[in-house]
Amino acid sequence: MTPSDRDATGLLTRPDDFVQLVTPTGERHANAEFDPWIADIDLGALGRLYRDMAIVRRIDSEATALQRQGELGLWPPLAGQEAAQIGAGRALRDDDFIFSSYREHALAWVRGVEPAELLSVWRGTAASGWNPFEHGMAVPQIIIGAQALHATGYAMGAAWEGSDAAAITFFGDGATSEGDVNEALVFAASFDAPVVFFCQNNQWAISEPVGLQSKQHLARRADGFGMPGVRVDGNDVLAVLAATRIALDRARRGEGPTFIEAVTYRMGPHTTADDPKRYRTDDELAEWRERDPLARVLALLEASGVDVAGLEREVAADADRAAAELRAAITTIADPAPLTVFDHVYAEPNSHVERQREHYTRYLAMFEDASTEHSTDAAASETAEGGAR
Amino acid sequence: MTTLTLAKALNAGLRRALADDDKVVLMGEDIGTLGGVFRVTDGLKAEFGAKRVVDTPLSEAGIVGTAVGLAYRGFRPVIEIQFDGFIYPGFDQIVAQVAKLHYRSRGNVRMPITIRVPFGGGIGAAEHHSESPEAYFAHTAGLRVVACSNPADAYLMVRQAIASDDPVLFFEPKRRYHVKGEVDETASLADARPMGVATTVTTGSDVTLVTYGALVQTARDVATAAAEDGVSIEVIDLRSLAPVDYATVEASVRRTGRLVITHEAGQQGGVGAELAASITERCFEFLEAAPVRVTGHDIPYPPAKLERHHLPDLDRILDGIDRVLGRPNSLSGVEA
Repeated sequence: MTPSDRDATGLLTRPDDFVQLVTPTGERHANAEFDPWIADIDLGALGRLYRDMAIVRRIDSEATALQRQGELGLWPPLAGQEAAQIGAGRALRDDDFIFSSYREHALAWVRGVEPAELLSVWRGTAASGWNPFEHGMAVPQIIIGAQALHATGYAMGAAWEGSDAAAITFFGDGATSEGDVNEALVFAASFDAPVVFFCQNNQWAISEPVGLQSKQHLARRADGFGMPGVRVDGNDVLAVLAATRIALDRARRGEGPTFIEAVTYRMGPHTTADDPKRYRTDDELAEWRERDPLARVLALLEASGVDVAGLEREVAADADRAAAELRAAITTIADPAPLTVFDHVYAEPNSHVERQREHYTRYLAMFEDASTEHSTDAAASETAEGGAR
Repeated sequence: MTTLTLAKALNAGLRRALADDDKVVLMGEDIGTLGGVFRVTDGLKAEFGAKRVVDTPLSEAGIVGTAVGLAYRGFRPVIEIQFDGFIYPGFDQIVAQVAKLHYRSRGNVRMPITIRVPFGGGIGAAEHHSESPEAYFAHTAGLRVVACSNPADAYLMVRQAIASDDPVLFFEPKRRYHVKGEVDETASLADARPMGVATTVTTGSDVTLVTYGALVQTARDVATAAAEDGVSIEVIDLRSLAPVDYATVEASVRRTGRLVITHEAGQQGGVGAELAASITERCFEFLEAAPVRVTGHDIPYPPAKLERHHLPDLDRILDGIDRVLGRPNSLSGVEA
């Protein structure tokens, strides 16, 4: 290894450091280990993966626009990470369970989460949008890396029950410095838990480059925990799909956890509240734009004789429709009623919360117009409905 | 009725919970083969197997965090934190995940996790082995916090905590583990006093003395000693620290007009502070004197040879009784 293998942050950057099946210009590399796992991906299936990625990219940009227009309080864009998320998401079985962070909108889309469910958190109307058990996907996690332990525990339980379902957890390069992720790796290895640790190394944890988290490739850490670590081109949907299928297969066969480092790039800001110009250069962005996950699939399809212009038109129409649905969903998200602030603090009746709810009900009632029918009784009945759940 | 130590009563309660519900799993450090450093889980791994009584790696965040995942999967994890002072590495998972997931998921995800914590001092231990961290958890919305004080309660309350669909911090008075008492192992949970309800241990008319955990026994001794001095003390074992059974405490204070609260934890921001404020708000006009707190000092837990100068004991609590009664006491003549 020479000094030129490292960039300014100390990060190893040799392109052949990861598994890549499709180059940024759309050339297909043969890989004896990975190819059998994607033998079923014909040109039609590849077109569908392109469609997935194009739609989530469009949903993502529409959500950013909604934030700029004041409809959302915040949005953490996934732009650039479409292949990492779609490749992993399409490897999963319906009964596998996802424990993600807050940027995995493509996973939510793969799992059929409705637009309104996706947006409500970012509009600030709910702490989570969907019922995890309807979609096989936990509510998004904001504490960095905490979900890695949840996935591990879930996987331990699934194995104890004799199920061959697996758990998969998504986290970023920053999270690999958190104790929770490292402790999850210990537990998963010790108990041979059927869990996949899917690290999207998008190079940046807000303003901190991955070189601050690690002086070597993140995937190499897996060896120290006693599990396989694989480093794939996270902008190559086929490499990600194959790697995740291999890891899930190991998990189902009782061989324990796998660590996947998907090398990708966060093309947008950390969130809509972030200004990446303060910490990274236009040149870096331009370099990664050349490694775009969608463009290489189109190039490969074109080289294989597919009518790419037709596919693009068709997918663009689908994407526009998804974006319109997203925009329309905003109007269906009602502001929550004030007293729902007390709902679901506990599963069982709790005298302390009920007392505060009762007090606040009376307080709110003071502001109601005595001449209307909205009296204390109305507020009280609203409370009863909210409280009974 | 069987005579059991508090530790054995907990063991019996845990055994019963494991037998009644195959989704109950015990997790912790040294709880399996060894049976726990206090032997509370003695014999349970042999009886129920390594997948029900799980020796875990030494990682409190790991234990709590994997329990969250197990709860997602439908399990009812029961965690042992080996010593009170070891709970902090798991604090984030407890307050940011266990406490909030039901709320965050709008009631879709339940966290029926019991976190057992041997707590308190008086055993001459090294640092981090004698702490009383209950106020951190009583302050955290989404958690229930209880403390048992005797074998009969320990047996029932640990089963109630496990059966609860809410997460419960279950504090065990470690210096009373070996105290014996009568336990009715045929008692059904349906007939048991709910764990959120306080117990009036001794009735009295002059002072209400509220406490929990190891100090309940001390408070009984205080009542006996005070009676010899003509003072009638009503001792309340709070049992639940979050939520507090204010109905029981308030009814007592309305009769006695005087409130003393004692706990091993420090005074600042403690359970006693909350209780004094809430009772003052609720029945100020019935109070004959300001509520008095007799607590551990607001210091890091001291070395073993000094702990008797930190922990409230019979005499310090009696001094508190004198304060609330306006009798000569340690603060007589001192301006507030």
